[in-house]
Amino acid sequence: MNCRSEVLEVSVEGRQVDEAMLALLHTILLHRSTGKFHYKKEGTYSIGTVGTQDVDCDFIDFTFVRVSSDELDRVIRKAVAEFKDALGNSGSDGMGQISLEFYQKKKSRWPFSDECIPWEVWSIKVNVVNLANEQERQICREKVGEKLGEKVINIVEVINRHEYLPKMPTQSEVDNVFDTSLKDVQPYLYKITFQITDSLGTSVSTTMRRLIKDTLAL
Amino acid sequence: MDSDLSPQDKKDLDKFIKFFALKTVQVIVQARLGEKISTCSSSSPTGSDWFNLAIKDIPEVTHEAKKALAGQLPGIGRSMCVEISLKTSEGDSMELETWCLEMNEKCDKDIKVSYTVYNRLSLLLKSLLAITRVTPAYKLSRKQGHDYVILYRIYFGDVQLTGLGEGFQTVRVGIVGTPIGTITLSCAYRTNLALMSSRQFERTGPIMGIIIDHFVERPFTNMAHMHPCSYRAPGEDEGGTYAGIEDSQEVCTTSFSTSPPSQLYSSRLSYQTPGLGTVDVCHPTACTAAAHPHQMVVPGKEGGVPQVPAQPTHGTAAEHGRIPSCPTGQSPQPAPPTSCSSEVKTVSPSDALETTFTRKVGAFVNKATTQVTTTSLDLPFAAFAPRAYDLEENDPMVHPPPSPAPSSPLQGSLHSNSSTHSVGQPQDDFVMVDFKPAFSKDDLLPMDLGTFYREFQNPPQLASLSIDVSAQSMAEDLDSLPEKLAIYEKNIDEFDAFVDTLQ
Repeated sequence: MNCRSEVLEVSVEGRQVDEAMLALLHTILLHRSTGKFHYKKEGTYSIGTVGTQDVDCDFIDFTFVRVSSDELDRVIRKAVAEFKDALGNSGSDGMGQISLEFYQKKKSRWPFSDECIPWEVWSIKVNVVNLANEQERQICREKVGEKLGEKVINIVEVINRHEYLPKMPTQSEVDNVFDTSLKDVQPYLYKITFQITDSLGTSVSTTMRRLIKDTLAL
Repeated sequence: MDSDLSPQDKKDLDKFIKFFALKTVQVIVQARLGEKISTCSSSSPTGSDWFNLAIKDIPEVTHEAKKALAGQLPGIGRSMCVEISLKTSEGDSMELETWCLEMNEKCDKDIKVSYTVYNRLSLLLKSLLAITRVTPAYKLSRKQGHDYVILYRIYFGDVQLTGLGEGFQTVRVGIVGTPIGTITLSCAYRTNLALMSSRQFERTGPIMGIIIDHFVERPFTNMAHMHPCSYRAPGEDEGGTYAGIEDSQEVCTTSFSTSPPSQLYSSRLSYQTPGLGTVDVCHPTACTAAAHPHQMVVPGKEGGVPQVPAQPTHGTAAEHGRIPSCPTGQSPQPAPPTSCSSEVKTVSPSDALETTFTRKVGAFVNKATTQVTTTSLDLPFAAFAPRAYDLEENDPMVHPPPSPAPSSPLQGSLHSNSSTHSVGQPQDDFVMVDFKPAFSKDDLLPMDLGTFYREFQNPPQLASLSIDVSAQSMAEDLDSLPEKLAIYEKNIDEFDAFVDTLQ
C-alpha cells in the first residue's frame, strides 16, 4: 500500500507561524477525527458526536474550524510551539517543514516491535519572512489569509477524493487505527514531526545522519 | 438502478440525503450569521446528531428548507440551492454566493449505503464547515450589522448563477457517490464585490446596487457624473416622489457643475422639507416646499441659489403634486446678479409686496439671483406671507438702512452688494429645517448627514488658537530655549532609545 503524501507550502511572518500551522493541522484533523467508538455486543458500535469550533486568528485575516476537543488542541499547540522554537533557534533562513502523518500499527510478534505504517502524510513547508514596516504586515495579514483559504480548499479536495482509509477496526484492533487516548474525540493515529532546513537547503537532520554514517564508514 | 438497492437501503439513502440537505442548509446559514459557531463534542452518541456531527438546528431555517424541498429530495435535475446575498441599509442588495447540492447520474452501485455513504456524507459536511469560512462572503458576514445584512434564500430546481456577476468563481466542496447518483456540493461565489449597477429605477426585482460608491468621497464638482439612482432602491412608500427628487436633483446637479462646494451646499440647504411652523419668515420658497416635502427646487444657472418659477401655474401644480422637474434657465424671470443688487437697493417698502427677497438660507451664499413675486404664488400659508413681508420690510439685510450719502459711487454700489450678502449674519437668522442632504436617508440612523452637518457646522474655535499668541513675545521664546534644551539633553538617552525602537 502506498502512502499518500501531500505537500502544502506557505510563506508567513514570524508571528503568524503558530496560527498558520494550527489552521492547517486542525483542518486536516477535523476531517480525520471521528466521535468516540462505543462497541456493543454483536460486533456493532456506535459513534459519539464531534463538535466544532470557529477560531479567529489574531495575526492573520482568517478563521478556521477545529474539532471541539481541548485535549487535542493542547497537543497540537505544543507541537506547533516546538516547531516555532526550533525555527527561531536554528539560525537558518527561517525555512522548515512540519509533517502530520497518519499511520496504522501493525502488530508484530515478539521481539519485534509494532510497525507503524503511514497511510497519509501531510507536509507543510514554511518559509518565514521578515517584514520592514506595519504597512507590509497589514498586507501580509490579508495575503496569508487568502493563501490559507486556498490551502484549506486543497486539503478538502484531497480528502474528498475518498482514497484509502483504514478499515473500521474491531474492538480489539481499534488502538491500531485510532488514537483512543482522548476522552471526547477519536482521531486516526497520527504523529507530528518537523524538520528545520538550514541555509544550504538541506535539512539539519539529514546532514547529521550523513555525518554519522560517514563516521561509521571510516 | 433502484432494483439493485434493497428497500431498506433505499429508505436509508433517502433519509440520509434528506437530512444531509437539511444539515447543509443549517451549516451554510449558520456560517453567515456573523458570529463564531461553537458546539460541543460528546463521547456518548445522542442519537439526534446526524452524521455524528454536532450541528444545531435553527427551526426557522429548517422550516424554510423543508418548505423549499416541499417533500422532494435533491436528485438528478433537481438541485437544492442556498443563495446568500447582501442587503444594505438603503435597500440595495447583491448576490454573494450560491451553494448548490446537486446529483448527477454517475452511480456507484457497490458502495455500502449505511456505512460508506453515511461516513462520506459526514466528511462532506466537515468539508462544508471548513469551506464556508473561506469564501469571501464569510468575512462580509462577520462584519454585518448597521450598514448591511446578509440574507439567504433557499430554492429547489435549476441553479441560477446569473446574479453573481461576471467572473464568479466556483469551489467544489466534495462529492459522494451513491447507488442512485453522485451527490455534488459546490459553491459559486462573486469575486467582484465592487460591482457598479447599471440599474436606473426598476422597482421589480432585487437591486444589484453600487456598493463602492457609497463610501467613495467625491468632490461636489463631480456630482453631475454620479449615478444617484443606482444608490438605492426607492422604498415602497417613497416610490415616485423619490424618483422625482432624484430627477430634479440630477437637474440640479448639472447646474451646479461649475459651482464651488460652498454654494452647492447652500442650495442643498434650501431643499428642505420644512416641518410645521417653519413658515419661513424670509422664504416663500420654503413655504412652497412645505406643501410638497419631496419637491425639489431647481437652482438657477448662476449656481448656488434655487429659484422657484414664478408662474402661477407652477404654484397651482405644486399644490396637487410635485413638479417633476424644473429645467434650469426656464425661470420666467431670470435675473443676473448685478441687476439683483441694484434692484434691491432701489426697492422701497411700498414695493415689498411686488418684489421679493433675494437672501438665501445658507452660510456661504454670496450671490442673490432671482426674485419671486410672492403675490403671484398661490401659497399654502398665504396668511403668513404678509407678515413675513412685514418682517422682511424691516429686515436690514434686504432693505439696508439709508446710509449716509456715499462718498463715492463705488462705495454705494459696494454697500448695496453687501446688503445682499448673508455673511456676518447671526446664525439664528437662518432657518435650517429638515435639511435633507443628497443620497442620505435618515430613517435608520439616529444622526444623519444633515444632523451631523448642522451640529458641526460652526465648531468652537480651537483652544490652542485662542491663546493670545501675541502676548508672548519673541524675546520670551528665545529666553526659554536654553532651559528647554537643557531638559532635552538630560533625557537624550530616552530619545535615543525611542529612535532605536522605530528602526
